[in-house]
Amino acid sequence: MKQFMVFVRKEFYHVFRDRRTLLILFGLPVMQILLFGYALTTEIKNAEIIVVDHAGDAASQQLTTMIAASKYFDINASVTSDEDIYKAFKKGKVKCAVVFPIGFGNDLLHGQTAQVQIIADAADPNTAKTLTNYLTAIIGDYQQQINPTANIPMRISPVTRMLYNPELNGSMNFVPGVMALVLMIICTTLTSVSIVREKEMGTMEILLVSPFKPTYVVLAKAVPYLALSLIDLIIILLLSVFLLDMPIRGNIVLLFLESTLFIICCLSLGLLISSVTRTQQIAMMVSMMGMMLPTILFTGFIFPLENMPWPLRVISNLVPSRWFYVIIKAVMLRGLGIGVIWKETLVLAGMTTALLMISIKSFKTRLS
Amino acid sequence: MDTVILQHVSKSYVKEGPPALQDVSFSVKKGELFGLIGPDGAGKSTIFRILTTLLLSDKGSATVAGYDVVKNYHEIRSCVGYMPGKFSLYQDLTIEENLHFFATLFGTTVEANYALIKDIYEQIAPFKKRRAGKLSGGMKQKLALCCALIHRPEVLFLDEPTTGVDAVSRKEFWEMLQRLKAEGITIVVSTPYMDEASLCERIALIQTGQILSINTPANIIKAYPGKLYALMATKVHLLLKDTRQYAGINLCYAAGDKLHLSFKDDGKHHPAGLLSWLESKGQQGVRIEEITPDIEDCFIAKTSIHE
Amino acid sequence: MSEKAIVCKDLTKRFGDFVAVNHISFDVDQGEIFGFLGANGAGKTTAMRMLCGLSYPTSGEAAVAGYNVFKQQEEIKRNIGYMSQKFSLYETLTVKENIRFYGGVYGLSDKQLKEKGDELITKLGLEKEAKMMVGSLPLGWKQKLAFSVAIIHQPRIVFLDEPTGGVDPVTRRQFWDLIYDAAGSGITVFVTTHYMDEAEYCNRISVMVDGRIDALDTPANLKKQFDATSMNEVFYALARTAKRSAD
Repeated sequence: MKQFMVFVRKEFYHVFRDRRTLLILFGLPVMQILLFGYALTTEIKNAEIIVVDHAGDAASQQLTTMIAASKYFDINASVTSDEDIYKAFKKGKVKCAVVFPIGFGNDLLHGQTAQVQIIADAADPNTAKTLTNYLTAIIGDYQQQINPTANIPMRISPVTRMLYNPELNGSMNFVPGVMALVLMIICTTLTSVSIVREKEMGTMEILLVSPFKPTYVVLAKAVPYLALSLIDLIIILLLSVFLLDMPIRGNIVLLFLESTLFIICCLSLGLLISSVTRTQQIAMMVSMMGMMLPTILFTGFIFPLENMPWPLRVISNLVPSRWFYVIIKAVMLRGLGIGVIWKETLVLAGMTTALLMISIKSFKTRLS
Repeated sequence: MDTVILQHVSKSYVKEGPPALQDVSFSVKKGELFGLIGPDGAGKSTIFRILTTLLLSDKGSATVAGYDVVKNYHEIRSCVGYMPGKFSLYQDLTIEENLHFFATLFGTTVEANYALIKDIYEQIAPFKKRRAGKLSGGMKQKLALCCALIHRPEVLFLDEPTTGVDAVSRKEFWEMLQRLKAEGITIVVSTPYMDEASLCERIALIQTGQILSINTPANIIKAYPGKLYALMATKVHLLLKDTRQYAGINLCYAAGDKLHLSFKDDGKHHPAGLLSWLESKGQQGVRIEEITPDIEDCFIAKTSIHE
Repeated sequence: MSEKAIVCKDLTKRFGDFVAVNHISFDVDQGEIFGFLGANGAGKTTAMRMLCGLSYPTSGEAAVAGYNVFKQQEEIKRNIGYMSQKFSLYETLTVKENIRFYGGVYGLSDKQLKEKGDELITKLGLEKEAKMMVGSLPLGWKQKLAFSVAIIHQPRIVFLDEPTGGVDPVTRRQFWDLIYDAAGSGITVFVTTHYMDEAEYCNRISVMVDGRIDALDTPANLKKQFDATSMNEVFYALARTAKRSAD
């Protein structure tokens, strides 16, 4: 046991004396959270828009005011000819245009169907779709306001309620994803590199020739990184609660237990990588490239898994972070308990056990 | 029973090409200082790795301190000390931290065996707070030796401890080994420096995975085939070119400021014939005398027969 | 072109308070084999790096192949060859590919490359191995090849940093035959070694102690001066006086 503790302490020396490790360990999560939380969101704010008001009546002006008041749009200019619209689009600054035809207010008030044209720059289809949705919603609101008791036959007016994230806050989706990504990278990369470094430096030879059991070498490597990863987890959670206004609705103990399970899973993967690679560069490449890309692709926080063709969906099931993402979302955002996520937890636990066993087994007691 | 026994050990790393070790056998007595003498690539490190249970041999068997290197590898790992060829300590830990780490790893404390390493450790103790990566070559070697000795091993394996170390540090290092031998530790040490061979009790000359001869340095020198001569002249390099053209020359090579040479057939060819031939070639100040060969001469003679 | 291959006057290199090379002065003649000895940490490597144009001296003057080490580092690099024990050739390229690569780096034409390459391979007896990966050659052969490649552009000076470390005694002597040939063709050879018998093969030797050059003469004169029978004794007598032990 004393040997074990000395080994763990040595690992901490390595970490705290190496700037690069420290940077990955503490710089990476902060950077990722800030990046995904602020810069990289799918929600669109202050999109520039043109209003072409051929009607010029009270109704069109009221609607224009509502659009301008929304946080999603900034009215760029009011033009009068259709040609100007296309010129504006070509400059690329304007994302969307609303055209009120002549007699818009009249049509609306006299019970006829009033039409309004929405033109969007669909070079970026996602943005175009989002913007037209916002506009339709604003128009719908206006309709409700002016005629709350309208008795138009067979009209369905959907009332949408955005659950758990009423403000459609994009970071809600990203933070659990980033947690999965950061933990995955830190655990696999740092563990694998730290073991392979011993091989490269030749210290592994001495460790193997000592009476210290090879299995303990593996475990003693894992313990410090488990501890450091938990610290990272706390950093991420603090940042997301206080900076990105993320709620933690579920049980925090459950959150930590599930995260620990995921961390151990990633550590085992790192150990496995280290036992099949010989140089730090290769270990780094395998864990960065081999792990980061599948994690980003198959976790579901950037590309929805439901939309993927079935072979990719099958592959995604092999990626641990995909399960962790489901768990973490359920606990953090929806406040659910183990009763709902037991299946995912079981899958993750199974993966961890298998990986840990394989990596301990494949850790060689000799060279070559 | 001998402390280290190797019997008919062979090892190949690659399928094609010459094996790293071919049918190597030798044994080391308890308390002996045994040297493996040979150039890089001779197979010295492979022998060490097999003896320290880090590698499995393809053929043959080996025991260390009575334990089989395959079956009882765990027992061997607690009773040997090993210093690999490359400096293998943690560069980012200090002298003190390294020593403490390895002591604990071997289930002992620095204090328990301090007497054994005292002489060596005191030389580096003034720098004990310095990180190992910032030490000079000689100091690194001393620290590595301390770490290998900290659990008072029965057998000490030192793989090229003096490579890349200057002449002064090398001399100091061998003096340390003599003291350790006096403590009763069996030492197997390898070196590419032939002049260090005479500091061992017995040596094995090794080249391309094969043992050329095993004996005491004195006996190896005694067994030198034929007579060896030293040849001197004013211009040594031209002398070498000329002498090599002489028909009766078996071996001729530079050795410091002289040439060492042996004749093909000592009865038929002799120094006087060579001298008059060289003078006819215009060499000046030519002198020749019979000398006692050193280990390097023996090694050259052995490897030349081999080729 | 000056007569001297290397002229060095009060060359000094400091790292903070530490004087790695302390006012060294010496000349090396064209075509001379100059042994540059010293214990680990005496400052050999630092001095050699300055002469090769890899680092700037703190003070002093030096000209290598007639070029100033402060102002004309690029010209120096074009006129020297360099080979060390650690870095020599690309292990995953074949013998031929290595020759082509280094020849190409020094601007040899395709025709020269072919001629020189074939000549070199024949001289070293590597015909059979020409298409083999350098990594699979024995160390001694690698070092001989590395040396031949380092002088493929017929530089005025070649710097050799412990070229024969760990090489077997027979190949070591073959290596020195190559050195003599190079010197014979007019190349100045500047060599460091830990083998004291090799020191005797040099025309002149300098011994560095604690950043200074404490002795500089022919091997025979040095032995006379220190009343020694071998260079080993000379070296030991000098190195023993060293005060510092850092690398």
